[in-house]
Amino acid sequence: MQKVSAEQKIKTRKEKLKKTRFRIKLPWPLSIYQTYVGKKWVMALTGIGLLGFVLVHMIGNFHLYEGPTQTHEYAELLRDLGGHLVPRTLILWLLRIGLIAAFALHIHSAYSLSKRNVITNSQYRGGRKYVVANYASRTMRWTGPIIGLYLIYHLADLTWGHFNPDYVRGDPYHNVVASLSSIPVAALYIFANIALALHIFHGTWSIFQSLGINSPRFNPYRQALAGIFALVIFAGNISFPIFVQSGVIDDRGDSIFETQPPGNSES
Amino acid sequence: MEEKINVTLKVWRQTSPNEPGFFEIIEANDISTDASFLEMLDVVNERLLDIDREPIAFESDCREGICGTCGLMINGQAHGPEKATATCQLHMRTFKNGDNIIIEPWRADAFPIIKDLVVDRSPFDEIIESGGYISVNSGAAAEANQIPVPKEVADTAFDAAACIGCGACVAACPNSAAQLFTAAKIQHLNLLPQGQAERYNRAESMIEKMEEFFGTCTNHGECESACPKEISIDFIAWTNRDFIKSKLRNPKKANYK
Repeated sequence: MQKVSAEQKIKTRKEKLKKTRFRIKLPWPLSIYQTYVGKKWVMALTGIGLLGFVLVHMIGNFHLYEGPTQTHEYAELLRDLGGHLVPRTLILWLLRIGLIAAFALHIHSAYSLSKRNVITNSQYRGGRKYVVANYASRTMRWTGPIIGLYLIYHLADLTWGHFNPDYVRGDPYHNVVASLSSIPVAALYIFANIALALHIFHGTWSIFQSLGINSPRFNPYRQALAGIFALVIFAGNISFPIFVQSGVIDDRGDSIFETQPPGNSES
Repeated sequence: MEEKINVTLKVWRQTSPNEPGFFEIIEANDISTDASFLEMLDVVNERLLDIDREPIAFESDCREGICGTCGLMINGQAHGPEKATATCQLHMRTFKNGDNIIIEPWRADAFPIIKDLVVDRSPFDEIIESGGYISVNSGAAAEANQIPVPKEVADTAFDAAACIGCGACVAACPNSAAQLFTAAKIQHLNLLPQGQAERYNRAESMIEKMEEFFGTCTNHGECESACPKEISIDFIAWTNRDFIKSKLRNPKKANYK
């Protein structure tokens, strides 16, 4: 009797677990995304794109150390990508669309995988010990949304200018300094970058496993690479609020627009 | 040197799959440090029977760490604190006099508890089944040395084949994912020349069967550390690669079902 009842139970669970899966099989290649391993694969590929963005974004921001004019020139360079062969800002917008798509897929796959894991997992009533799972790997579900929320704030603050009364459209140097000179904003920036570094640390290592890039030749370097990459991004990014607060990067009292007309500075 | 220790057990008791369970505290006195963990439970059960109480239900078979039948969550770790050890090979000398030991069954949504510490691991059988089998008489096995297999490949395939299917990987996984078990079962065939014919089919069907029951891998590595056979998570990476390759291959060339 016991056995029958256990079989019954597993059957009902199977039904329940099946219900959480897609009922209609989509055509290839969308069917790959319907499997969880496929979702992890998409998550890893978009992760590579997002890591690339984070790195280029940080390197671009180093223009802040050169001063307002160079920062403005860099911003203009991004809008003029492709030279005169393509309409102005077209390449930039294509990159942005790619980035938004990568974010959307990354977030959607993370959401559906987490949802699945909440369903399949049963908690230990007597507690459990983690042996090798580190803080970064266990907090991916939290650092992700923190970065997402911060990203919205970051765009609202520096791209749309909603939070900053001193916002000047098309003058990134001035806007960054005006925002980060406020202590709460600088603190929030540093906090978000702690979350980002943790997320990158586990994410970078995880990419190799999810894509199946695995060889005894370089396996020991994967975690080291993830650590160094996370540290470089963290150090580079938090240098901005720290140097703005300490006065190394300051507004110098002049907006670039006093010496240079803004021109066509759409987005 | 044999010593006697007293430990306090906090054991999960559950009469049937549908009853709510609870922890029972049982004093286990005068336990020999030479006893294995399961022998300790045997002693406790004898004593429970003596006072007309229901003994603790747990699974065991070979008691030498090769069958994969036993498996308990001991103090929050699958198969206890010792590395590369199944519950039956864990000895009471690992514990100190006066220790509290929490014993729980494997917990995963796909492993319903049958009684006390016994869980139903039949989803594992379904995963193995989905990998394909032959039910007609195909004659005697070919001479093993007919097909040359490089030593490294044979060793790696054997590392995967060491999987005893105990379920510790699922139990230790924070997502209850069965990736390590499935990967080991896929790779011990996929690595060998004999397994190439159905390599991609196997990866695809076994992974898809696994996904019907279990969670998804987030690369914590807990399974590897809990595995009594120390199976590496490298096999998971290779399985992911085989699965995606299978999805991207020409289905006719991939011997597609």
